[in-house]
Amino acid sequence: MQIFGDETLAPQSLPEYLKRLEAESIGIMREVAAEFRHPVLLYSIGKDSGVMLHLARKAFFPGALPFPILHIDTGWKFREMIAFRDDTARRLGLDLIVHMNEEGKARGINPITSGSALHTAVMKTEALKQALDRHGFDVSIGGARRDEEKSRAKERIFSLRSANHTWNPKNQRPELWRLYNTRLNDRQSMRVFPLSNWTELDIWDYIAAEEIPVVPLYFAALRPVVRRHDGWIMVDDDRLPLAPDERPELRWIRFRTLGCYPLTGGIESSATTPSDVAAELRSTRQSERWGRLIDADEEAAMERKKREGYF
Amino acid sequence: MLRFCGQASPRPGRDLLRLLTCGSVDDGKSTLIGRLLYECGSIFDDQLGTLQRESRRFGTTGDDLDFSLLLDGLEDERQQRITIDVAYRFFATPQRAFIIADTPGHEQYTRNMATGASTAELAVILVDARKGLLPQTKRHAYICCLLGIRHIVLAVNKMDLVDFEQSRFQNIAEHFSKFAAKLGEISVAAIPLSARLGDNVTEISARTPWYRGPTLLEHLHSVDVSNSGVDRPFRFPVQWVNRPNGDFRGFSGTVVSGSIAAGQEVLLAGSDRSARIKEIVTFDGAADRAREGDAVTLTFETDIDIARGDLLAKPGEAPEHVDQFAAYVIWMSEQPLVPGRSYLLRVGTRTVPGTVTALKHRVDVETLAHLADRTLRLNEIGFCNLSTAAPVAFDPYDACRDTGAFILIDRFSNETAGAGMIAFGLRRASNIHWQALTVGREERAALKDQRPAVLWLTGLSGAGKSTIADIVEKKLLALGRHTMLLDGDNVRHGLNRDLGFTEADRVENIRRVGEVAKLMAEAGLIVICSFISPFRAERRLVRELAAPSAFLEIFVDTPLEECMRRDPKGLYAKAKAGRLEHFTGLDSPYEVPEAAEIRVATIGISPEAAAEQILAELRGRRII
Repeated sequence: MQIFGDETLAPQSLPEYLKRLEAESIGIMREVAAEFRHPVLLYSIGKDSGVMLHLARKAFFPGALPFPILHIDTGWKFREMIAFRDDTARRLGLDLIVHMNEEGKARGINPITSGSALHTAVMKTEALKQALDRHGFDVSIGGARRDEEKSRAKERIFSLRSANHTWNPKNQRPELWRLYNTRLNDRQSMRVFPLSNWTELDIWDYIAAEEIPVVPLYFAALRPVVRRHDGWIMVDDDRLPLAPDERPELRWIRFRTLGCYPLTGGIESSATTPSDVAAELRSTRQSERWGRLIDADEEAAMERKKREGYF
Repeated sequence: MLRFCGQASPRPGRDLLRLLTCGSVDDGKSTLIGRLLYECGSIFDDQLGTLQRESRRFGTTGDDLDFSLLLDGLEDERQQRITIDVAYRFFATPQRAFIIADTPGHEQYTRNMATGASTAELAVILVDARKGLLPQTKRHAYICCLLGIRHIVLAVNKMDLVDFEQSRFQNIAEHFSKFAAKLGEISVAAIPLSARLGDNVTEISARTPWYRGPTLLEHLHSVDVSNSGVDRPFRFPVQWVNRPNGDFRGFSGTVVSGSIAAGQEVLLAGSDRSARIKEIVTFDGAADRAREGDAVTLTFETDIDIARGDLLAKPGEAPEHVDQFAAYVIWMSEQPLVPGRSYLLRVGTRTVPGTVTALKHRVDVETLAHLADRTLRLNEIGFCNLSTAAPVAFDPYDACRDTGAFILIDRFSNETAGAGMIAFGLRRASNIHWQALTVGREERAALKDQRPAVLWLTGLSGAGKSTIADIVEKKLLALGRHTMLLDGDNVRHGLNRDLGFTEADRVENIRRVGEVAKLMAEAGLIVICSFISPFRAERRLVRELAAPSAFLEIFVDTPLEECMRRDPKGLYAKAKAGRLEHFTGLDSPYEVPEAAEIRVATIGISPEAAAEQILAELRGRRII
């Protein structure tokens, strides 16, 4: 077994490869601001969104962000996420739009009894389309990365969507050099992914180097959890029905990705800083999306959701 | 059998290498990438578990893991066992982070390879040791070089299947070196390996004692792809003007070549305007210097009129600035390239209408032979002359990728139709100056006491265009107007008698007529043009040519059935009998105008009434 060295990064000194990724992302954001009429930045509150927000502030400095940010709320996010979102918007003076699919909420769609597939379709995919249509955004900037999932590895940085927001993976525009084709036909829109070429580790190394605030749920703490599907589900409020034999217990838990709390499995960990997290990731044997029940249904779950207009 | 070395911590100086992998279908490309990712810790246990399940279900490697399943991300790809599209993979070691563009070996390889190669600094070309060099290997090497890749790794794979025989490897390596010498200045490293067993991939193999070179991974670490950027000329395409308030006016963009320091003078390419840099603004504080790859915002000591699309350089190092140049073009659309048609051309941050004026030759990528052709089809490569509606600043692609590359966008579908690499500016463009004339359009028109205009009648053959045009001209003449009538059939007897009826010839036919109509309008005339002109793109072109004279598109709208019934020239009958090809409405399309100024529906009205409708419109628009 061959082990590579384990030097840690000095804070504030951005290594060359991160500088190049940063510059590429900044260039992509400026391209969006220059070429589109009505952009929006999709903000999921997660670590990737946090990095994106940071990059956007760099791209347009000393000006403010030239577009609003949009959060699609399902009503089932961790409470700490919502608090962090509102605090971030205040701290940075952001133009924050929060959208919830009220119709779905009225129908009582939830991740527990409706199942993850229906909940995602109605409260996330449908909700996103509603918000984009309502505000007439012609481009939305998202934090997806190509290393997350294999259908993402095939997606363009400037990715065309039909009038119904659907993605056709077989008919993508070739994307050469940095010459992005930003032209839209009537009612088409664009999804743009400035973090396409970042990996999960790059994100954490960058968060550590740039001291970017993230939701505390990413760091280990004693949290009330129950064991489900090989993961730890946090009992974040009293809406999570417990089986008769289930007793919440306190464990040192952190989350690699954040979503709706009943669908997001945590891992046991002692990482309490971004550098700890990066070090933990260097030795982990599980992929990032492992804790997300959304992809587990079927191998091509993500591609199908994306075709339908998911983030 | 597979070993795992964990995702590595970066060294502070870790840099980034972008590479491309190519090879034929069964050369073991996926296995090689899978092994690199796996050994560098970029594949996780749960992904491996999925891979084991899928290998049993769809795999082609018996009991072994089929790494291609890890890489083929789309549902169709996994089910049909083919790779459709470029995918991007990531792995890292302490010294370097790597981005791999993984391109399919067969279907549409040119388009996909060019896409992957456009951002790559190094290419790994796989060869099966049993088969040696294939025509495909040469094609891949040629396309890599055309796209500016200067470092090639010839990975001679499946050495285990030829008993690690030295002579086999050497033959292949020498054969390839000879071919590569024809491609220009490139560095080639040949490495014997077995992706399946791991020989010479990340660890040197005991089974190739005769091989003294590095492993593939060692080579990827050591190859120097830096451009020693500071010595190259400074190039800064202006991407976005940052004007958050009245006090701040900055120009944002990325330095694509060279470097610049605060206090230095920069020049706006294509002008004699220059200004001194006041500050290099970044979020992390003002920078003394901005180098190749840095995304920054520049402010100037004096006001200078700069916009998105402009290119900044240093005085004495100005790029070329012309409206005609020669370039290699790779065609990427199902719709063939039509010389003469107007596309949108994007170079740097600038987008202008542009036209391929001549296809000098097509390249046979297998033999590198130059072939004569009239068009480029999907995945074909040609050497072309192009002209743009306004001069653009550029460098030859070999000197700077970012300022020498362009894409062509179809103006109607908006798809990316082609990609190009500029070879050189055409001297005639910079040498033929526009002669300033004292007497202009206005003066000539004033003498005739009229407003010049182009009346463009379009419609199917037999729709009644010529008849109506003739009456319109008679009526204008009676009103004392100076006119000229250009008729489709008539110009084909003279000016355009060398043109046929293919799509390319139809486009050229309309382009010439558009130029003539423009000249006549400049002479102060009201020009009446009667042409089928079936394509929207060309009607748009003549509209743009005619400006600033008034241009009225007049759609003579007669249903196809009615035209066939009238058939004044007997052409429909001929076409239906198979004696006339490319006939509009039958086997060649007519694109109905979407926003014609005048639509004349001819059913149930006389040609006289149709002409009167047009005259009424001219009065309404104060042209007469």
